[in-house]
Amino acid sequence: MSSPSTVLNKEEYQHGYHFPDQSIFKTRRGLDEEIIRAISGQKKEPEWMLDFRLKAYEAFRQKSMPNWGADLSRIDFDNIYYYAKPTEEQKRTWEDVPEDIKETFDRIGIPEAEKKFLAGVGAQYDSEVVYHNLKEELEKQGVVFCSPEEAVQNHPDLVRKYFGTVIPYRDNKFAALNSAVWSGGSFVYVPPGIRVDIPLQAYFRINSENFGQFERTLIIADEGSFVHYVEGCTAPVYTTDSLHSAVVEIIALEGARVRYSTIQNWSGDVYNLVTKRAFAYKNATVEWVDGNLGSKRTMKYPSVFLKEEGAHGEILSIAFAGQGQEQDTGGKVFHLADNTSSVITSKSISKDGGVSSYRGMIKVHPGRKNIRSRVVCDALLLDEKSVSNTYPYMEIASEDVTMEHEASVSKISDDQLFYLQSRGFTEEEAAAMIVNGFLDPLVKELPMEYAVELNRLIELQMEGSVG
Amino acid sequence: MLLEIKNLTASVEGKPILKGVDFSLDAGQTHAIMGPNGSGKSTLANILMGNPEYEVTGGSLLWNGTDLLGLEPHERALAGLFLSYQYPVEIPGLTVGKFLKRAAETRLEGEENLNVGSYLKEIRENMEFLEMDRNFINRYLNTGFSGGEKKRMEILQMLMFKPRLAILDETDSGLDIDALRVVSRGVNRLKGPGFSSIIITHYQRILDYVKPDRVHVLYDGRIVESGGPELVNELEKKGYEWIKKQVRGEVSHEQSVHSA
Repeated sequence: MSSPSTVLNKEEYQHGYHFPDQSIFKTRRGLDEEIIRAISGQKKEPEWMLDFRLKAYEAFRQKSMPNWGADLSRIDFDNIYYYAKPTEEQKRTWEDVPEDIKETFDRIGIPEAEKKFLAGVGAQYDSEVVYHNLKEELEKQGVVFCSPEEAVQNHPDLVRKYFGTVIPYRDNKFAALNSAVWSGGSFVYVPPGIRVDIPLQAYFRINSENFGQFERTLIIADEGSFVHYVEGCTAPVYTTDSLHSAVVEIIALEGARVRYSTIQNWSGDVYNLVTKRAFAYKNATVEWVDGNLGSKRTMKYPSVFLKEEGAHGEILSIAFAGQGQEQDTGGKVFHLADNTSSVITSKSISKDGGVSSYRGMIKVHPGRKNIRSRVVCDALLLDEKSVSNTYPYMEIASEDVTMEHEASVSKISDDQLFYLQSRGFTEEEAAAMIVNGFLDPLVKELPMEYAVELNRLIELQMEGSVG
Repeated sequence: MLLEIKNLTASVEGKPILKGVDFSLDAGQTHAIMGPNGSGKSTLANILMGNPEYEVTGGSLLWNGTDLLGLEPHERALAGLFLSYQYPVEIPGLTVGKFLKRAAETRLEGEENLNVGSYLKEIRENMEFLEMDRNFINRYLNTGFSGGEKKRMEILQMLMFKPRLAILDETDSGLDIDALRVVSRGVNRLKGPGFSSIIITHYQRILDYVKPDRVHVLYDGRIVESGGPELVNELEKKGYEWIKKQVRGEVSHEQSVHSA
């Protein structure tokens, strides 16, 4: 245990990579009001945000753990560091990053700037220039793209109006926890009628607050605007933090369209418990593309509340569960208004005894008219030990609903493997091609470079898995 | 000798299928293996390609003098073997284009890079030659293809990979006469000193288009008759009953010798 007498310690960085002579501020293990005040103080937050955090902390203490989904009983809240901030002087250089990690980045073929960001290199990059140019471009259009910390300081009106409105701090235990200790993430505001042509990629913001375990993202797309936000990265996220609990809120005002893409690949000991929810107003569209690889347990169900007429929600979910992993993912759509439509597509892959569960909810409020919804869940099992579950909940309190639901479970067949092997591919390559083929209809929906990365990641996941 | 099979015995799920096959083939030759259903023709094809569901219980398989049984299926493919399947497998989500490109890449040597432009051109030419729609390149491999389309896809792969030995396992079955003509044209296109083929078939009709140098009759796990192209006509006239009778006759003859 680190010294309990002070809340903030300057101590050797002991986790993740070893970077000698570098220090970070971190709170002691465990959570109490004092630590929350310290986090808020570090960020020089106004009183209203501190109040929000404290109320959230109270809710976190009162809320019970979810009694469904993945087994979370081994999470020890008292043994977690809730806040760690790199010091100003901290400079990790690319040379410090272990070779095997660099090699993984190379094999995935990710851009240089992103590599360095992923490795936690907090010094200078080429991409800073890119980011600054991008930022100037965006500022001209009135688009705000910054950390939530900066937003609290510079755009308090927007933050106070929307922060915590889509996902209230008392929504669930992990949303409460995030609300109490959030740090890092993104804040995006797109003014009315503005189309942001290039996807906003989180890694452009590498020189601002680092992304952490409790990141917080808020995206507001004003009337008739469009934005595609790409979160994080597809590369392995190297962390020894055992709990990742993010909150993402999206507000798509009338006629706006927001697409949010993320593919995460956490290390195998991480509990990945994320709350993602969007409000779609009149004729607005929200699309979630959510890929989950790695982690020990993932629970993540991106949701769309179709609040006004003509709103449309789409959720594409990809899950890959390997040995010892449980991916409990899916999506939820709430049809609160007439003439609303939704599509949920889920593809899951289980291998080496991994468990993939699709958990979805379609809810149609009483008397809503002309509702359309389509849910497709396909599961692929790579061996006899692996498991796929489907929990498609539906609460439909209206007659005027067109509802489609398709589910399939398939297995890689020996015939398919042999066919490809006999064309010159190794057994591993053959299996990876079949898995990528299974995902192909979904991957087509991803931005090009993302699709390529996902394909390579699947191939990495498949290495040594067949035999 | 390109391929030399000696006293090969094999079984499927414990049941003996091949009971001592002897067979050899020189580079540049076309051999036909004919025989009634259940005689072991497909088993032989699968064993040549290394399908793990078929168990070799004895004998030897030599490829250019090296032991084929020591090679994995993909190594056999890269060494120049190709099997055109009787029932090609569907691979949903894998486009024909991506599949052919990846397959070409596995065949590159050392630092060589695939010239995607000219490779694509070659695919298109071959598709045209096989009277296939260009859009096939964007379709998922064999997925939703008709029987004839699947066979053409097999031949397209053969033309692209240019194997040293192609084994065509009942490629003619289920094909109408036009498709049969197109498929045969594909085989004939590759014919030359560096290309050999084994045409496995139940019927003679593909052999009207692809002329074999040698013809073998496989029956009950053994090659019971070998000869020149004229054997095809003889079989056509007399039918497989003739072979069956002849084999039975031989057996009774052997028995009578032993009992004497």
